Formats: sequence, C-alpha cells, structure tokens
Amino acid sequence: MRARSRDDFRHLLLLLPAGIVFAAFFLVPLGQLFLIGGSGKSGYAGYADILVHPKYLRSLVSTLALAAATTVATLLLSTTAGLFLVRNAFPGRALLVAMLTLPLAFPGVVIGFMVIMLAGRQGLIGDVTQALTGEKLVFAYSMAGLFMGYVYFSVPRTVLTIMASAEKLDPRLEEAARSLGASRLRVLADVILPGLKPALLAAGAICFATAMGAFGTAFTLATRIDVLPMTIYTEFTLQANIAVAAALSFVLGAVTWAALALARTASGATVAAAG
Amino acid sequence: MTEVARSVAIKLRSCSKTFPDGTKALQPLDLDVGAGETLVILGPSGCGKTTTLRIIAGLDEPDPGGKVLFDGEDVTPVPIERRDVGIVFQSYALFPNMSVRENVAYGLRVRRRPAAEQRSRADEMLAMMRIEALADRRIDQLSGGQRQRVALARALAIRPRALLLDEPLTALDAKLRETLRVEIDGLLRRVGITAIYVTHDQAEAMALGDRIVVMEHGRVAQIGSPREIYRAPKSRFVADFIGTMNKLPGRAEAGRFVTAAGSIPWSREAGAAEAAFRPEDARIVPAGPDALRATVTTSFFLGDRTRLVLDVAGTAVTVDSSERAAWTRGEAVHLAVPPQALIDLGDRA
Repeated sequence: MRARSRDDFRHLLLLLPAGIVFAAFFLVPLGQLFLIGGSGKSGYAGYADILVHPKYLRSLVSTLALAAATTVATLLLSTTAGLFLVRNAFPGRALLVAMLTLPLAFPGVVIGFMVIMLAGRQGLIGDVTQALTGEKLVFAYSMAGLFMGYVYFSVPRTVLTIMASAEKLDPRLEEAARSLGASRLRVLADVILPGLKPALLAAGAICFATAMGAFGTAFTLATRIDVLPMTIYTEFTLQANIAVAAALSFVLGAVTWAALALARTASGATVAAAG
Repeated sequence: MTEVARSVAIKLRSCSKTFPDGTKALQPLDLDVGAGETLVILGPSGCGKTTTLRIIAGLDEPDPGGKVLFDGEDVTPVPIERRDVGIVFQSYALFPNMSVRENVAYGLRVRRRPAAEQRSRADEMLAMMRIEALADRRIDQLSGGQRQRVALARALAIRPRALLLDEPLTALDAKLRETLRVEIDGLLRRVGITAIYVTHDQAEAMALGDRIVVMEHGRVAQIGSPREIYRAPKSRFVADFIGTMNKLPGRAEAGRFVTAAGSIPWSREAGAAEAAFRPEDARIVPAGPDALRATVTTSFFLGDRTRLVLDVAGTAVTVDSSERAAWTRGEAVHLAVPPQALIDLGDRA
C-alpha cells in the first residue's frame, strides 16, 4: 500500500512539468483575462453588457454566422472534391492535389491580398462583370470577401482530411448497398457520409474555430468588417478599452468552445468519443 | 416456410473482361446455371472467378458483345441496383452505422416498404439464420461468424433472384469455416435459390457445389459434378488443383502400363503416357505379376489411415492405406492400382 502511494506520488511528480506549462500558458492567462474582463466600470456585469450591447452582440452574431457559413461551404466543397480526387485517376492528379494544399502555407494577410486581387476595386471579378453587365461587382471589403478568403484557406486542410478518410472506406460496403437496391444518392447518405463522419467533424471543428478567431485576413480586407476579432482589436488598441476587449476575448473563446461541444453532442456518441 | 427467393436460371454468353491496363482477366466465357442450382467457381487467385461473379452481379460489365441472361432476359445493361441479386463478401461489408436488424432491413427500407413489414421480414431472416438474439446489437459487437450470418440474412431479405457469394468463409478460422459451410449448404438447399459461390478452397467446393467450374488463367478448365472433377479430371491443372494426384511416367502397350518398376493392366492406346491415380485408389499388395515394385520413403500414421510416400522407380507416389499394418522406412512393398482408377492425362509432353 505504501509502495503504491509512493508510485502515485512519483507519477504526479512526472506530471508536474506538463502541469506547470498548462498553468503558465493556459490557466493563468485565461484567469487573468477573465479578471480583466471584470475590471471595467460595471465589474463582472460587463460580461452581461456584451450580450446586451447591440454593437457587441451584432459582432458576435455575425462572427458566428460567418464561421458557420464558412464551415458548411468548406465541408460541401471539400467532400465533393475529396471524394472525386480519391475515386478518379487522371493525369495530373498528384499535381492538382499538391496545388490544392498550397494555401496552407499562406498567412492571413496574403489570403486577404488575394481576395482583393480577385474581388477588389481593381479585381478580376470587377473587370469581368463590368465588361458583361456594365456594373462593377466588388465584394472584397465585406463579409462576402472574408467568407471567400476563409473558405479558400480552409478547403485545403479539409480536403486532405477527407481524402485520407475516404481512402479507407471499404468499396465493398458501397457495392453491398447497391446490390440491395440503393441509388447513388442513398449510398452517399447511408454509407459514404457516415463513413466520413469522424473526418467531417474533426475538419469542420478546425474550420469553424479558425473562422471564429482569424484576424489577419479581416484586417487586410477592411477595418470596418464587423467580426469579433476585429472588434477586440479596435477596443484594445484604438479605444484602450481593455476591460471590454478582455471580456470579448473570453466570450469569443467560450462561445467557440460551446458551439463545438454542441456540434459534437448533436452528432452522437461516436463523435464525443472522437473529440 | 415463407417464400424466400425467386430463383432464375443464369446464362453467360461470350463474356470476356479486359481491364483498362490491357490485362485480359476473362477469356470469352459461356456458362449455364440452372434455376436453384449451386454452382461453385473454383480456382487460384487471378483465375477470373471473382471477375465472373462481378459480371453476373452487375458490378463489372463484360467487354462489348458479352451478355448476361436471367431466365432468358438480357440483364447486361441492368445496373446492380435493379438486378435483384444478393451478394455476400469475404469482408462481410455490413454497415457499421446500423444495428443488425437495420442492416438486414436495409434493402426493404431502400424499397420504401412499410416499417412493420421491414421489421417482420428482418426478424424472419434473423430467425432463419438463428441470430434473432443479436437483432439490436451493433456490428462491432459481433464475431466473424455472426457477421457473415447477418450478411447472408441481409442478402436474402430482398428475395433476390440469385445469391452470389465471394469467398464468404475465407476470413474465418478453420473450425468456424466448417460449421458455417454446413450451415450455408443447408440454407441453400432449403431456400432453393440459384447460388454462385466463388472460392479457392477445394474442400468447400466439393462440399457445396452441385457443379464445380474450375478456372485457370481466365478460362474454364473443367465443369462437372464434384465426383466428375475428382474422379475424371480433364487436365493436369484440374488434377493437381483438386486433392492429391499421383502421376507415374511410363508406356502403354498391349493392354498394360509399363514402368521401370514393373507393369499393371491398363487398356489404353499404345504410346508414351502418364498414368494418374488418387492415393486412396492404390493398394499395398503381395508381390505378383500385376503390381509395381516400390520402396517406403515415409509413413505417417493419421489414425483412420496411414499415408505412405513410396518411391516407384524414382517417382514419389502417395498412397493411403487403411490396413492395420505398419511400414518402416526403406521397406520394399508392392503396389496395385485397379485399371478403372487410372486416369489418362494425355500423352506425355
């Protein structure tokens, strides 16, 4: 019994470095953030103010909407592309996959720059639409531009995750379903998507979290874009409203975490285990 | 017993298969399977047996010109979704996101049958496979044998026109394979469904098949009942692939087969020949005019019989004897083979 407790003690001792790092870089800053968030004029009621104040609430809602839309669009695009790439052999396939993964290396600023080159005032889309309809279509400096940038940024890693998962699907499962009379669409719904579910959830979660918190692209496109990271930046640097900035940061983290947890629970037990 | 299947006669007409890389997986093949018959396609890997099954199933298309007929109806352009065949794979291919009952009912769900009918049909199939207690289990909670029973129940639940089995027992261990083989045999007889069973295991083929098709390099080597295939193999390949076959070189002349170790009676046209026979057809006899001289190389006592490996003028010959005698290495013996057990594998090359 004594030897056992000594072992336990040693094990705890071995955990200590990890514990210190966890405390120093996660718990302490988070606690500090929470405390600062409550140091404003209205104290901890500042947290409630965020949810009532129309400006902050609008920012929060539009950020959530943007992240959700980005996630849905990315998953749709990536699943289609990933399944196609896994199931079809054609010349140049390897090169295409390599090119698809290129945006992984770009920082948010570059992504923003590319969105401007495509959909900005001097952009390609503007030129084409002007030639065709006489009106210039410009959407780079808005939510639509940000949405495009985030999707562009998220598709590569999602495609890779889905391809890895799709390669492991047993083709016999699909053949068995077809032999039982299932149409292509049924096979997709009953066999392929359930098989890809863990990958879709993992990739979707990363995509959602990235879209909630990314800053560089938004900052490059326009300072007026009303997403939470931009609001936090404005409050912090321009207004020196540190308490509100901290409270917003804390809420951003909590809401993202809650949204992911909700998605996990909603999609069943296997997912909670996978997460 | 409720109706389980609608059995069709299946015909293949000049079905060949060339893969995109140019490999000829199947030479033009004609095949007739009677309604309710169990046909086993037997052969080593790469002989075209699975390709044949996939063409019948509609998973692969034959090269242009090939035709698949179900009861005379040309189903070649009919995709597998509408061909109404049940398939059982070696890897079971059960849907992991569904329970056992949901797996079995899936074909009916796809056909939009009422929920009550789906359930009763699924339970009926599970009872037939004697796994009704597993209905609500998840697939990952089942053993290999149980999974293959679920796969059979699922394939039969849609009242298929034929049941196609692709090495269904290969993934199981030896003992379970034996049990399930007996069970499948009983099931196929009871249900009376047209069944095509692909395997590389000759014991499975012998036990299950009404007829066996032995395939080699994308061609049919021989079609016949298990007895015909075993007793009268038409080629060296078939003789070698099924059971143990002894082959003795020699000459046929004047109603006898003459070897360096003596001669035995055999009525065959004169010429250099190779006589083949099964180990159980040869007997150890006292010295005499119709026996071959041999030396014992090894003897294995197997309980019900003794397996002897003999040296007959330099050729190794396997003989099974059920006599209560013991032989020692190096012992000189005499070997008799009745003429009707001798198989002519053609002139020596």
